[in-house]
Amino acid sequence: MRILSLAGRRLAASIPTLFLILIGVFLLLQLAPGDTVDAMMAQMGGGDAATARELRRFYGLDVSVPVQLANYLWRLVRLDLGFSAIYGKPVAAVILERLPPTLLLMTSALSFAFFFGLVLGVIAARGVNRWPDTLISTVGLIFYATPSFWFGLMAIVVFSIYLQWLPAGGFEDIGVVRTGIWRVLDIASHLVLPSLTLGLIFLAIYLRIMRASMLEVLNLDFVRTARAKGLDETRIITRHVLRNALLPMVTLIGLQAGTMLGGSVVVETVFSLPGLGRLAYESVVQRDLNTLLGIVFVSALLVILVNFITDLLYARLDPRITAES
Amino acid sequence: MNSSRFEINRRTALLTSAAIAANVVNPFRAFAQETPRKGGVFNAHYGAEQRQLNPSLQASTGVYIIGGKIQENLVDLDAEGQPVGVLAESWEATPDGKTVTFKLRKGVTWHDGKPFTSEDVAFTAMNMWKKILNYGSTLQLFLTAVDTPDPQTAIFRYERPMPLNLLLRALPDLGYVSAKHIYETGDIRQNPVNLAPVGTGPFKFVKYERGQYIIADRNADYWRPNAPYLDRIVWKVITDRSAAAAQMEAGELHYSPFSGLTISDLARLGKDKRFIVSTKGNEGNARTNTLEFNFRRKELSDVKVRRAIAHAINVPFFIENFLGDFAKLGTGPIPSTSTDFYPGASTPQYPYDKAKAAALLDEAGYKPAAGGSRFSLKLLPAPWGEDISLWSTFIQQSLGEVGITVEIVRNDGGGFLKQVYDEHAFDLATGWHQYRNDPAVSTTVWYRSGQPKGAPWTNQWGWDDTKIDKIIDDAATEVDPAKRKALYADFVREANTELPVWMPIEQIFVTVITAKARNHSNTPRWGSSSWHDLWLSA
Repeated sequence: MRILSLAGRRLAASIPTLFLILIGVFLLLQLAPGDTVDAMMAQMGGGDAATARELRRFYGLDVSVPVQLANYLWRLVRLDLGFSAIYGKPVAAVILERLPPTLLLMTSALSFAFFFGLVLGVIAARGVNRWPDTLISTVGLIFYATPSFWFGLMAIVVFSIYLQWLPAGGFEDIGVVRTGIWRVLDIASHLVLPSLTLGLIFLAIYLRIMRASMLEVLNLDFVRTARAKGLDETRIITRHVLRNALLPMVTLIGLQAGTMLGGSVVVETVFSLPGLGRLAYESVVQRDLNTLLGIVFVSALLVILVNFITDLLYARLDPRITAES
Repeated sequence: MNSSRFEINRRTALLTSAAIAANVVNPFRAFAQETPRKGGVFNAHYGAEQRQLNPSLQASTGVYIIGGKIQENLVDLDAEGQPVGVLAESWEATPDGKTVTFKLRKGVTWHDGKPFTSEDVAFTAMNMWKKILNYGSTLQLFLTAVDTPDPQTAIFRYERPMPLNLLLRALPDLGYVSAKHIYETGDIRQNPVNLAPVGTGPFKFVKYERGQYIIADRNADYWRPNAPYLDRIVWKVITDRSAAAAQMEAGELHYSPFSGLTISDLARLGKDKRFIVSTKGNEGNARTNTLEFNFRRKELSDVKVRRAIAHAINVPFFIENFLGDFAKLGTGPIPSTSTDFYPGASTPQYPYDKAKAAALLDEAGYKPAAGGSRFSLKLLPAPWGEDISLWSTFIQQSLGEVGITVEIVRNDGGGFLKQVYDEHAFDLATGWHQYRNDPAVSTTVWYRSGQPKGAPWTNQWGWDDTKIDKIIDDAATEVDPAKRKALYADFVREANTELPVWMPIEQIFVTVITAKARNHSNTPRWGSSSWHDLWLSA
């Protein structure tokens, strides 16, 4: 019950922010030259003025910008995200279709980055300034500095073209209809390369944070006490140090869950995954305001949700922080 | 015209050419006649998803590549680029050019089992081609009615003469038929069938997963005997060109149409024996690179300046070093692939001559200022292809050498069209002019005055010329083919003299296809055609 009321308060506090973001995006897209009909003409390769006028009326673009905005917000209040110009169906349906691949990709990439970042960070911290630390930090920096589209393409060249171990792109195999566990395995095999590509960049950040925070906690008094008590090193690390060192990592994952949604445009494009990032990109190019605002809305909700979970995790990791304060 | 006999000749010709192609590919089977193999799945690259898939409503290669396999047109083009009947078996026009009668094919059914009749043709022509279809609305502007005396006859009635050869060259692109019983109720644009097309074609629509793939399966009741050969076509949505090239190499794609890969990947795959990289089969989709001048700029309203700019750019050098074998020097708005209308290179041309360019600019009164610059211009390149981007940079550097400073302003598709064709916020613009087999369909709108503001790819230059307007109007209603051809030669001469738009490069789209494919690229608009005879060897 306490959690529910907290969630309610959090959401209420986020609503003004959410509206400001939506109005901001709406106005920003007005600054871009051309509307969705111009974009459609570009795609068709030609059309006459009468057709364009007719289409503008069809898409509700024949009224002034403030009226369009007011119409949009009024629909939003009634929880109606509107109609997508490029997809010809309700925005909510379009987003719902695209959400699973993005969430799958995001979760697997984040878990990969978080887990390996944690392990490598701990190893680096324990061997600080010796060869494991130098090796891990250097490799991490290389991953961080490499652009993800290049990484993705190289992964395809190596693992799909030369070794032929993994599919080069797509979300699942179209040729064969699979069900149950076989379908899960098929989708998983399609997600290996994109998850690694997306995860490797974040891995570098996680391992740096983990290493720094481990080093800090290792020097605290209670660790010395634990050592003085005669606890063995493994126990000190896992029971005492790790738990305290995890706080900055949890903060970071909360922040990055939002970034990941936007950051996956490149990875989704290279691996032809039908995710939200690509949808957002297409909506901008096609000037499909309703779809873009819908994505911003859903992404904002996801970020709020993830941050809420992060707050709950804080309380779990460090009892001094309570969910209330 | 007896088109059934024609069909047989054509098929024999195609089989022979396929056999020749096979011999080149596989020298060990040089004397074995390959028999077409039934079955197989053909995976095609689909680069840019459209808002709908019905070619009666949208004329663009992005729709034909899918809709053209599911729905059929009244006529298509044969291997020699001549009109050949598909849903129409024969046609004739009255001498005054105001009535065109089509006899339709018997025994054709829609994929839902209902018969195809002249009612469908009349409905599509009046409600889709005339009202919604881009280019179609211009072509059919003077269409007043389509009469249907019997299910196999459709009589098109025009207010002004419609040249039969114009109509027949336009209909392969602008003559796809939709089913009346599906579209007669409700708003045509919002019909869900637009994304799940129903046609009479060799392939039946199965499934469309947005952002992922589209599937169409063999139509067992197709009217051509023994066709099609393929069991299934899968179009995979891949927006990244490099990723598409990687999928070709990994064997996950058989075909990438319309220059869908980067120029460097095309050159690389061209050396790989597993693929055929060629412009063949795209002759009907010729395009020219443009340089569009805004006459609202005082400097550019002077024809000497426009000619100077053309003389200042070394086009053969650009083609050789940046576009390679996939482009050639253009000679004007009608490309050399248009055998019926190409007037040759005898019209005014502007070969590279820097000294002449400088002299013309001096003569026009634009002497270099202290820093060497005469004046500066804003150039807007269209975002459609990497050749346009390269070309705009080349223009910038070439004009810099004769003292014209060029600033490049890049936009995405919608932004480019808005700024150039609606707001006229450009000095120079460059993009593609896509030629659609007859100048009256695609080309004259670039030169005819009185185009409504905001209509993309039309004369928005602030230029009008009564001489060219008259030629254009006369040619559009001239029913004698020889006179029409002569009028279009005059048109090109006038266009190249006044140079409101310069079209110095000719390009044909490049196809990459697996070497296992047979009967491919055998018509000038093969990528858009129905693929009823395409098959994959083992």
